[in-house]
Amino acid sequence: MAPTVKTLVITGYGTNCEHECAHAAKAAGADEAVIAHFADLVAGRVRLGDFQFLIFPGGFLDGDDLGAAQAAAQRWQHTVTASGASLLEELSAFVASGGLVLGICNGFQLMVKLGLLPALDLAYFTRQVSLTHNASARYEDRWCHLKVNQQSPCVFTKGLESLYVPVRHGEGRLVPNSPETLERLVKENLVVVQYAHPETGEVTMEYPLNPNGSPQGIAGLCDPTGRVFGLMPHPEAFNHPTNHPSWTRGDKPTLGLVVFENAIRHLRGLA
Amino acid sequence: MLFNITVCPKPHLDDCVGRNITHKIQEALGIHVHETHVAQVFTVEGLDTAGVERAVAEGVLHDPVLHDAFLTPPPSQADYVLEVGFRPGVTDNVARTARETLGLVLGGKESIQVYTALQYHFTTSAGRAAVEHIAADLLANALIQRYSIKSKAEWQAEPGFAPVAARVTGAASNEVAVIPLASMSDSAMEDFSKANTLALSLEEMHAVRAHYAQPEVQATRRSMGLPEDPTDAEIEVLAQTWSEHCKHKIFSAAIQYENKETGRREAINSLYKTCIQRPTAMMRKQMGEKDYCRSVFKDNAGVVAFTDSHDVCIKVETHNSPSALDPYGGALTGIVGVNRDPMGTGMGAELVCNMDVFCFASPFYEGELPPRLLHPRRVMEGVREGVEHGGNKSGVPTVNGSVVFHERFLGKPLVYCGTVGMLPRMLHGKPGHEKKANPGDAIVMVGGRIGKDGIHGATFSSEELHEGSPVTAVQIGDPITQRKMYDCVIRARNLGLYSAITDNGAGGLSSSVGEMAEDTGGCELDLAKAPLKYDGMKPWEILLSEAQERMTLAVPQENLAAFLALAKEMDVEATSLGHYTDSGFFHVTYAGKNVALLPMEFLHDGVPQMQLEAEWVRPAAFPQGNDVLLKNNVPCQFEDAVGQHTGGHGGFLLDMMGTLNICSKEYLIRQYDHEVKGGSVVKPLVGVMRDGPADAAVVRPLLDSEAGLVLSHGICPKFSDADTYWMMANAIDEAVRNAVAVGADPTTLAGVDNFCWCDPVQSEKTPDGKYKLAQLVRANKALEQYCLGFGVPCVSGKDSMKNDFMGGGEKISIPPTVLFSVLGNIHNVNKAVTSDFKTEGEAIFLLGRTANELAGSEAAEALGLAGGAVPQVDLLAAKTRYALVHQAMQQGLISACHDLSDGGLAVALAEMALGGRLGARVNLARVLAEKGLGVAALLYSESASRLLVTVRREHLAAFQQLMGTHMGFDAALIGNVANTGTLVVAHGDNEVLRLDVEELAEAFKATLRW
Repeated sequence: MAPTVKTLVITGYGTNCEHECAHAAKAAGADEAVIAHFADLVAGRVRLGDFQFLIFPGGFLDGDDLGAAQAAAQRWQHTVTASGASLLEELSAFVASGGLVLGICNGFQLMVKLGLLPALDLAYFTRQVSLTHNASARYEDRWCHLKVNQQSPCVFTKGLESLYVPVRHGEGRLVPNSPETLERLVKENLVVVQYAHPETGEVTMEYPLNPNGSPQGIAGLCDPTGRVFGLMPHPEAFNHPTNHPSWTRGDKPTLGLVVFENAIRHLRGLA
Repeated sequence: MLFNITVCPKPHLDDCVGRNITHKIQEALGIHVHETHVAQVFTVEGLDTAGVERAVAEGVLHDPVLHDAFLTPPPSQADYVLEVGFRPGVTDNVARTARETLGLVLGGKESIQVYTALQYHFTTSAGRAAVEHIAADLLANALIQRYSIKSKAEWQAEPGFAPVAARVTGAASNEVAVIPLASMSDSAMEDFSKANTLALSLEEMHAVRAHYAQPEVQATRRSMGLPEDPTDAEIEVLAQTWSEHCKHKIFSAAIQYENKETGRREAINSLYKTCIQRPTAMMRKQMGEKDYCRSVFKDNAGVVAFTDSHDVCIKVETHNSPSALDPYGGALTGIVGVNRDPMGTGMGAELVCNMDVFCFASPFYEGELPPRLLHPRRVMEGVREGVEHGGNKSGVPTVNGSVVFHERFLGKPLVYCGTVGMLPRMLHGKPGHEKKANPGDAIVMVGGRIGKDGIHGATFSSEELHEGSPVTAVQIGDPITQRKMYDCVIRARNLGLYSAITDNGAGGLSSSVGEMAEDTGGCELDLAKAPLKYDGMKPWEILLSEAQERMTLAVPQENLAAFLALAKEMDVEATSLGHYTDSGFFHVTYAGKNVALLPMEFLHDGVPQMQLEAEWVRPAAFPQGNDVLLKNNVPCQFEDAVGQHTGGHGGFLLDMMGTLNICSKEYLIRQYDHEVKGGSVVKPLVGVMRDGPADAAVVRPLLDSEAGLVLSHGICPKFSDADTYWMMANAIDEAVRNAVAVGADPTTLAGVDNFCWCDPVQSEKTPDGKYKLAQLVRANKALEQYCLGFGVPCVSGKDSMKNDFMGGGEKISIPPTVLFSVLGNIHNVNKAVTSDFKTEGEAIFLLGRTANELAGSEAAEALGLAGGAVPQVDLLAAKTRYALVHQAMQQGLISACHDLSDGGLAVALAEMALGGRLGARVNLARVLAEKGLGVAALLYSESASRLLVTVRREHLAAFQQLMGTHMGFDAALIGNVANTGTLVVAHGDNEVLRLDVEELAEAFKATLRW
């Protein structure tokens, strides 16, 4: 029998996509999807170790007041639970034990600022890249075409060539800590999804197809294991055919749920 | 000691924030700045040198990949440096987060204080005066911010600015003053009311004095150790409870209405009771078992049925006066504030979506600005950003809205913010929409702390805006503190920890506790327990403060410990401030000292009813039964006026597509998250290129269900100068029509009326008060008639009655404006319809008749034409039409549907065409219209209740049969969708216009492509 998949969706302090993330996980076949407030982790009522699939949803952690997820990253780094355990160590153990982590939008920003991504050389928890203001210096909500890198080890995007999902952010432009980092991300296939032109399917820097001016159209990254994945666009927001902006014209591409389905298939040992 | 930590973008990275500022300066002020770099300054207090050095080394306040952080002034080659910081007491969200983060990393949060400022480093050849202009008129609002400027030479001589701590200073105070009302003359009372922004009339002051003069009142007060005269807190509580804002005195007034046209006189005892409450009560009675209203008018939001498991609620508020003074803070507070209404409805609703409607003067206004008014472009940008931050950061999608432009909104912008919430139908064995505080329950305040912000908000908004309007009325919302509170409240609700909840809005604790105390008949409130932002507040200020992000709950004593523990765990401040009683008194103390003792009955029912007169005389410019248009007071043929356009009909339509009221609002829409929560079905922008306008929003709030909600609105102040009766009728018709156009079931609609009026009380300041009140009466009569007629019960509403500006010897009164919002059900979201043309060959039907109704129309406005006939609404025809359209949609016969409103048939066609990037061939000769109507009037008349629908060939017979079964149903097949990419309109054999769809799209999008 395939193993049970329990999903944990973390919320609190300004996260606001927790319900649709939990729904997406359930709809994709997870046995359980629990929404836990950060306070539940601190109190020890909820333990990462009891789950296999961890989701950091979108939102505005602490209002992104010091830059996206900057304050929240420090909360994760410096908080100890009621029993004196370090949350960061729990997170580290979760990744090491084969769990899957998905960060969406503000969740991706949090993972990057925590150094959970891209973790070149498996050096978790050092900040190697960051995400900053869109080139337009504006928050924007629009749907984007993504090209999926099939060479990537990412387990969430196996078998996918493209995706069409919304972006809703003001700080989605990737900034590496050095030109070498960017080169390695590409070379080591840690770039998972890139903004693409709908007609050619090729990576684009053209606004608004690339909504934030991210170099090489980078929209999402994974770690070298492929089990930790973060992206700016919102696959959970395409959980029903009527989410598509032109569904009334009969347009029905793949739902964003496929990202969650892949995760669950992987955890069940089916992929 | 104060330290400045200055955070600058790394020089090798693209500074898009700076570039954006450069661009804004050019666009808004026409000043050329070569380059702008923006640095964030954190002024830190309560850390030692080692502490701040650690903060910099560990990247606590900055991101080492993106920024450099400096403990000394950063190097700068700028020609000018401008620093903008907050004034003491103004909400500074970035500082709050910085303080919490420093406290978390370094410890000792309690002793740390942070104040922030922004530093703009300009490379520019424009001089100091230009930089002053940039500061004063774009980047700083002197009401809430301070700024300093240094030139290059000054910076080099002495780099940086000295750290400024925007500290509020003062000592804790238990001072309670006594107001010697008994000995005051009438003029002294009037002066006292004015000087303290009480907005109490002389008659009301007399009522207060009479109350205190009663022997039994005096005896009670003596026995309780209170002075015979009122305390400052009592006067303040009465003033705010009795304010126009809270008591709706004009809507409750006894009005003598005289219609000079008919000679008829009529006595109206409360417009609110007669024209708003009564029709809803009648409809509910008529519906009997099928009544879908759950709770109307009595709670913070109106509650209606949705599914078997859930009810929904809706509330729309305005935040006009604060938005006039500080557009960003005012609008942010508006949206975050209205979110608390559903949160405080029933046992507390989860938030579903927001809607925003703004009314501004033209952002391209070039005239003189009266004193203290901000330029409309600045108002618009500030409001846009305020709602962006408020809505996006709260995680509530902004799904519907519009922007209405009219020159008289220069005097006061209107900022309508609405929120829909969702409640479990049953909660812990009781209906979710019911709540009741019990005697003994603890009064618990949750969320933000109390500061001087927002004192007198309720009374301030009950006055006209003037040059000396108080600054404390301005607040800045804090969406994250509220979000944390919301997470905590919803969890406490699900755990059953409280018995009642309401929000702290206008009037603060005085209002929230006062209202909840009506459940039990009294309360004991100790202000000394209230958590304050800073010392130096008097008891009455604590009681009246409208500091944001607070809810008041009634928590049974047995749950109090559990509730407070939960809040603490979730990092939310919660404090017990006393308890509810059945003593009959609103009793307030400060650590044992009496502050206020007011009988509940007098507090809530003591305000004397206003006696007003209204007189209707039809405006000379719009004589009854006359459809003649005037140019410079001379009769003018509409056909000629349009025909004179150098570009012909095509050129005129392109102009029309770009007018402010018609043009694309994509600029705003894209900056609002309209999809968070994952249930978006019909978005604000639709079609192939996602740039066609949607008629209304459809959302699916329960993700495992296909039941949806439709949210729409109607607003047409442009008809008010002709007749507010038809303004109101058209607004209701437009809201219903928009809802039906996307698929709402017209038998499930609920309405919300939001009146924004100019002062309608006859006085020296308002010599035309009788006429303005008559306008109000007429709008209410239409509201009554059309809500009953359409079967749309109003479930909630609000009024804002003093939207006038006075200053510099000038008075600007807004056009009377009603936003009518509609919330409806769509039982299966898969049946929703959008406005974009779908495929070639589909038949285009125009439903409804077109008359020569051009008064207030966008075309008349564009051509500078006055007068004319205002559109009238044929209720029976409209209602039948909407029911049939819904039936056809249910059968899947309609592929696109769009309402005709601003710009009439021509604009509606163009919008459908650009949405689908498909052309069409249309013959105007087939339009069902008033005899002899010219081509231009056919295209641009704004006759009510009309819709365009498209029908696929295979459904044509079924559609025509459905329509044909209903006698008198006005459906005309006027043309077909074409794959030519060209919109061609003819009248018979004469081609009227031919336009490329891309050209139309470009004209539609160019005006506000900022």
